[in-house]
Amino acid sequence: MAVAVTQEPLLRVREVDKHFGPVQALYHVDLDLPAGKVTALAGDNGAGKSVLTKCISGVYQIDHGQVFWDGQPVHIHNTRDASRLGIETVYQDLALCDNLDIVQNMFLGRERLRTGLLDEDDMERAAADTLKGLRVTTVKSIRQPVSSLSGGQRQSIAVAKAVMWNSKLVIMDEPTAALGVVQTRNVLDLIKTLRDKGLAVMVISHNLNDVFEVADRIAVMYLGRLVVQDDASKFDRQSVVDYMTTGGSTRSGGRDKDS
Amino acid sequence: MVEETKTADVGGIGPEQDLTAVRDVVAEVPPGVVAQTLGQYVRGYVARIRAGESGVLPVVVAMIAIVVVFSVLSPVYLSAGNLVNLFQQSAVIMVLAMAEAFALILGEIDLSVGFVGACGAAITVQLIQPATTNWAWPLAIVAGLFFCLVFGMIQGLLITQLRLPSFIVTLAGYLVANGVFLRILLFGPFSGYPNLLGQSNNLHLIYQLMWGNIDPTASWIGAAVVVAGLGAVIFLGDSRRRSSGLVAPPTSVTLIKIAAIAVIAIVVVGICNVNRANLGTLEGVPWVIPIVLAVLGAWTVLLQRTRYGRYVFAIGGNPEAARRAGINLSLIRTTGFMLCSFTAGIGMLLYASYLNGMSNNIQGGQYVLYAVAAAVIGGTSLMGGRGKAMHGVLGGLVIGAIYNGMYLLGLSFEWQYIVTGLVLLAAIIIDAVSRRGSASGSVTRV
Repeated sequence: MAVAVTQEPLLRVREVDKHFGPVQALYHVDLDLPAGKVTALAGDNGAGKSVLTKCISGVYQIDHGQVFWDGQPVHIHNTRDASRLGIETVYQDLALCDNLDIVQNMFLGRERLRTGLLDEDDMERAAADTLKGLRVTTVKSIRQPVSSLSGGQRQSIAVAKAVMWNSKLVIMDEPTAALGVVQTRNVLDLIKTLRDKGLAVMVISHNLNDVFEVADRIAVMYLGRLVVQDDASKFDRQSVVDYMTTGGSTRSGGRDKDS
Repeated sequence: MVEETKTADVGGIGPEQDLTAVRDVVAEVPPGVVAQTLGQYVRGYVARIRAGESGVLPVVVAMIAIVVVFSVLSPVYLSAGNLVNLFQQSAVIMVLAMAEAFALILGEIDLSVGFVGACGAAITVQLIQPATTNWAWPLAIVAGLFFCLVFGMIQGLLITQLRLPSFIVTLAGYLVANGVFLRILLFGPFSGYPNLLGQSNNLHLIYQLMWGNIDPTASWIGAAVVVAGLGAVIFLGDSRRRSSGLVAPPTSVTLIKIAAIAVIAIVVVGICNVNRANLGTLEGVPWVIPIVLAVLGAWTVLLQRTRYGRYVFAIGGNPEAARRAGINLSLIRTTGFMLCSFTAGIGMLLYASYLNGMSNNIQGGQYVLYAVAAAVIGGTSLMGGRGKAMHGVLGGLVIGAIYNGMYLLGLSFEWQYIVTGLVLLAAIIIDAVSRRGSASGSVTRV
């Protein structure tokens, strides 16, 4: 806790507004994403979680407010800007090509070449190293097509693909939504591995079991506002549910920001 | 400690694991990826076929069945003269199928290949006519293929920029090209039937594309060079992977692969070098074989070993994933249609050579269907994301073998259409069933 307060968070979002026509999707949102911590972003449908994520990852541009990266103000105009800073997003649909194998997917768009041709051996070694570093050990061969993988394995590959490029912040949208018990376990372990490697991780989730299992910090959105963010230990299940459904809580956990 | 045993699994199945373990590696893992010994490789291959991921096996089986049936029914079917003839007949379909591969792997279709290619070939044939323009043959070929590239680019731009379905755009392109083709034929003194007869060297060279033969000795030397070159690439590639600790097929499998290529080369050259003439000499490998092999080699490297090829497959597999990876979808798709039309130009130029000219009763529409059929019979998926240049060659050979056999038996065109249609149907059924079979092993295949 003390560390998180004194250290400059990797990403700082201040007073961010975003509207689509007359609809105000984000209203004065403040959010901190410190390195080496998992921040869970909770909220009901339509609370603005996706919009906030897309503003950070460059899909949308913010209308007002400021974004600081490592203490420096930055403007993220598109996804390429975000990638250049080290922000990678793993969307719910994962965006993997079923017909390509694991190595080909992990390097898609950034293939390594040797004398103009694909350097498959080099890419295979690098992909194997990354997977080993993340302790993704359940796949039989990194040369198998993604279509032959389980849901959890696919999620792991999508994450590995995201962190392969020296990324510093990984945003994951509902990473465990479609997974079984064992696979959820594997993905949560993977998230902890990322944190232990010093990355900032933001996980969007509806699943409070997962949130309390993996999150160091919890932020809750309600109707376009970020109503609370604090250490996970300050919350309990009921207080998170209260914040998600009413925007406030009468229980001891968390502190209200907006009222 | 626990970690160590876990990470050992990454590289593949350890040698101590047996049959059951190999069979566990479901369906879609190529046997070369997990096998450490020849035995495991074979078992892995069998397991894969059982799981419905059969690769080129159905084509090879079909090919053998066709050859057996026709050789029983017709004594000349397996004669050297007929086999070479069969290959010459198939060559056009092979090249057109390799053209279609670009569209199919992208998840699109190009119905215009027959007549667009025919336009290019007609331009070439017209430009080299001594009585009119009398261009040198290389320039005339470049002009014809350039037309194809431009036609493909227009179709590609319409498909990508206006987001029109390729089916309709290329159907329109098919009709337009048909008309343009007939107009091109009308120029010059032949009025509809420009041909390659005559004393000009340029005419003669285009004629030789299909009918010229390489000297038998040169044929052997050429085949030896090709086999040695391919063998060296395969062997060095595999041993580099083995020595750097990556998963590679066992040495025995590598050697068997190279031996198989050598055997095929020896058989082909041996057949071609038999004197095929009733009177005089007609021997040696026809030029068309190295031409088809050159197209096959170039497009195999382009599709399997370059960024461009990788992006073609990525777009065919999941366009959204490709877009997010920063791939320029419009550029890759448009150039895909350009390469498709370009290759079709090569194929129809071979056809012009085969026919000894161009005529207004060329069945460009029928050739499109043969091209799609050949690619699918060879194993290219109609759903996009899966295919090889090699599939077009194998499928083209199957269609050519059926055609040739029925022709020898004196069956009429009606029957040839019906049988070819049924073979196409069978190929699509195999494609669909194998996809369903492998889908059972995966989680999210819609």
